[in-house]
Amino acid sequence: MSVSRRNFLKRAVKGGAAAAAAACTTVAGAPEPANALQREPKPLAPEAVGLLYDSTLCIGCKACMSACKESNHMPQEVGPDQPWNDTRQWDTPVELSAKTLNVIKVYTDGNATQKDHEKDGFAFLKRQCLHCTDPSCVSVCPVSAMTKDKTSGIVSHNPDACIGCRYCVLSCPFGVPKYDYNDAFGQIHKCQLCKHKLAENQLPGCADVCPTGATLFGKTPDLLAEAKRRTALKPGEYAHYPRGDINGHVGGARDGHEKRVEVAYQSHIYGERELGGTQCLSVSAVPFDKLNLPTNVPEYGYPTLSEGIQHTLYAGMVGPAAVLGGLVYFAHRNTKDQHDPD
Amino acid sequence: MTSLASHDTAPSAHHDHAPVGGRLITVPFLIALAFVAIAGFILVQRFAHGIGAVSNLSDGYPWGIWVAIDVVIGSAFGCAGYVMALLVYILNRGEYHAMVRPAVMASLFGYGLAGAAVLVDLGRYWNFYHMMMPSYAQPNSVMLEVGLCVATYTIVLILEFAPAFLERFGMHDARRKLSKILFFFIALGVLLPTMHQSSLGTMMVILGHKLSPLWQTQMLPVFFLTTAVLMGFAIVVWESVLSALGFRRPMETAELARLSGLMVYAGLAFVVLRFVDLAVRGQLGAMFGAHGTVMFWVETLLMIGGIAAILPVASRRRGKALFVSSSLFLAGGIVYRLNVYIVGLIPAVGPWTYFPSLSEILITVGIFSLEVVLYLVFVKKLPVMHAVSTKHG
Ligand code: SF4
Ligand code: SF4
Ligand code: SF4
Repeated sequence: MSVSRRNFLKRAVKGGAAAAAAACTTVAGAPEPANALQREPKPLAPEAVGLLYDSTLCIGCKACMSACKESNHMPQEVGPDQPWNDTRQWDTPVELSAKTLNVIKVYTDGNATQKDHEKDGFAFLKRQCLHCTDPSCVSVCPVSAMTKDKTSGIVSHNPDACIGCRYCVLSCPFGVPKYDYNDAFGQIHKCQLCKHKLAENQLPGCADVCPTGATLFGKTPDLLAEAKRRTALKPGEYAHYPRGDINGHVGGARDGHEKRVEVAYQSHIYGERELGGTQCLSVSAVPFDKLNLPTNVPEYGYPTLSEGIQHTLYAGMVGPAAVLGGLVYFAHRNTKDQHDPD
Repeated sequence: MTSLASHDTAPSAHHDHAPVGGRLITVPFLIALAFVAIAGFILVQRFAHGIGAVSNLSDGYPWGIWVAIDVVIGSAFGCAGYVMALLVYILNRGEYHAMVRPAVMASLFGYGLAGAAVLVDLGRYWNFYHMMMPSYAQPNSVMLEVGLCVATYTIVLILEFAPAFLERFGMHDARRKLSKILFFFIALGVLLPTMHQSSLGTMMVILGHKLSPLWQTQMLPVFFLTTAVLMGFAIVVWESVLSALGFRRPMETAELARLSGLMVYAGLAFVVLRFVDLAVRGQLGAMFGAHGTVMFWVETLLMIGGIAAILPVASRRRGKALFVSSSLFLAGGIVYRLNVYIVGLIPAVGPWTYFPSLSEILITVGIFSLEVVLYLVFVKKLPVMHAVSTKHG
């Protein structure tokens, strides 16, 4: 499994890094008038909630993966590594898909013996929707099937509104929304932060079962403060790590645990700034480009560019109306001249 | 061979257009019909078992040739009516009048069938009408703007083409009434493609780093509008040369020469702007090594070839040169749009690959064949083409 994953990660990392580097230069090289077309970035939702994933705490037990399936009634998925004639088939997804809203990926290098080491080591990454502050998927959806809650900032999907155009799939910078291509009535699936459980004051499935607090639920500003505390820790120090809800409100108070910091954290908090920020954050001891997340991306969401162009051209439809007026004038005059418009 | 340039001063054009006539059931017609039938058979599978049963679409490449070719490229083919209406009615170049009606018809097919392709591609097509409902509208969506704009334009095209029907069925009163208000729809018919053709480019701006730096730029709307105009000219020229040969009609030489001059300008503008844009973004290096480099050069060389073929003014009167040039421009426009929508795409978390499946291709072929079938029926049975002599009327 690790072999195919390593190749996979290597290839994807190469592609991702090239793409990200290209994006960075694109943005850096953008001329001033281009930036004048940009709209204001969106602010963080007032009660924004999310997850903090700490790669150094993750033990790869994948309890969050089965809890996610259970919480959202998602079907099991047989991964490509399982032999077709294996009758004891179990749930082994290797990526997000229309059947899998949450997946633990592994980075490996060399002999892959040391946890959280870039060289000859391995590290985990949890993938699920990051609940962007300025989400592309919401910006592109023509029929308001992808929406961002005004208060909690949770990005959710309504299949009854969706027309299945898959523009959200195409536009998400993190490759999160997935469509079911093998179903005549396929639909889009993605993590909705277990909003149905939050509504009952229960924790999202993944944060609920995580034994080490590697997946921690909380308000985004609190999670960011916690992430900053952790990234400032030195190897050898002991630190307290909470579990469940960082404030102990949702799902009841839980005991945390003390743990020695083995490897230095990267100072980079993924999601603090990327593409206008995300409500779900990650910290890690291994650089994030190794974990297959796009780095070197701008600090504003791409909707600021596309909506900027669109709003400039179509503000109040004044521009098109004026142009239409001119066109009508000429068309009227010229069809009269030419006697026969057709 | 007569030049028809004098027609723009004719007081009434009622007898300007005539059906081409001739037998309808011919070998090309039957072949096209067969492809339509094959596509119909595959469509049954698509709707019974899902998009995955017939296509190679995936979450890495959620949009394949049904979007890139049938909609994005097909609608560019439909820009013939747009550029001709712009020339004749807005810029008052009456000398091109004879070319308007066939152009409008080509547009009608291009857009109508793009609409059909959308229904094949939409994963939840039964909700399609949500696009038209204000309660679902999401005004920030570039796609919503494109969708509504295209739908409205299709109606405008039907109205612009209606005189051909009304003439054919002798409804002269209705035709006269329509003539009185047609100027408004002509104006709309110029505004709407300007809007949605540029927006087809804006659609990909939000992909950010997921589109190769060779194509990702805020200039995308400008490039898409330019290729729309360029391909509009090219399809008119191409179709004129070809139908002159196919139906043994005289070539409208004087108009074509002038038209191809405009086509060269559009092609030059595109190529020059592309390089300037790359330079301004500091991406000139991307031409030699970024994702999709080879296809960038294919696209650029096709465009340059189109320009070169008719750069000497004298060549613009030669059918062969016009055919080569307009073919190259069409190919260049096709490749550019394919590059932006498929080749230049860098999916988020790989590894993903995409090449259309046979079934996927056959559906696209079927949709274009339907276009050919309808074209033949329309041209032979309706007064679309400019009449060659009164004997035909
Ligand atoms: S990660 Fe993707 S799916 Fe999730 S909110 Fe951001 S853009 Fe949308
Ligand atoms: S697939 Fe559905 S949710 Fe996604 S953009 Fe299209 S309509 Fe919106
Ligand atoms: S929040 Fe819920 S849906 Fe999202 S990854 Fe966790 S368990 Fe899955």
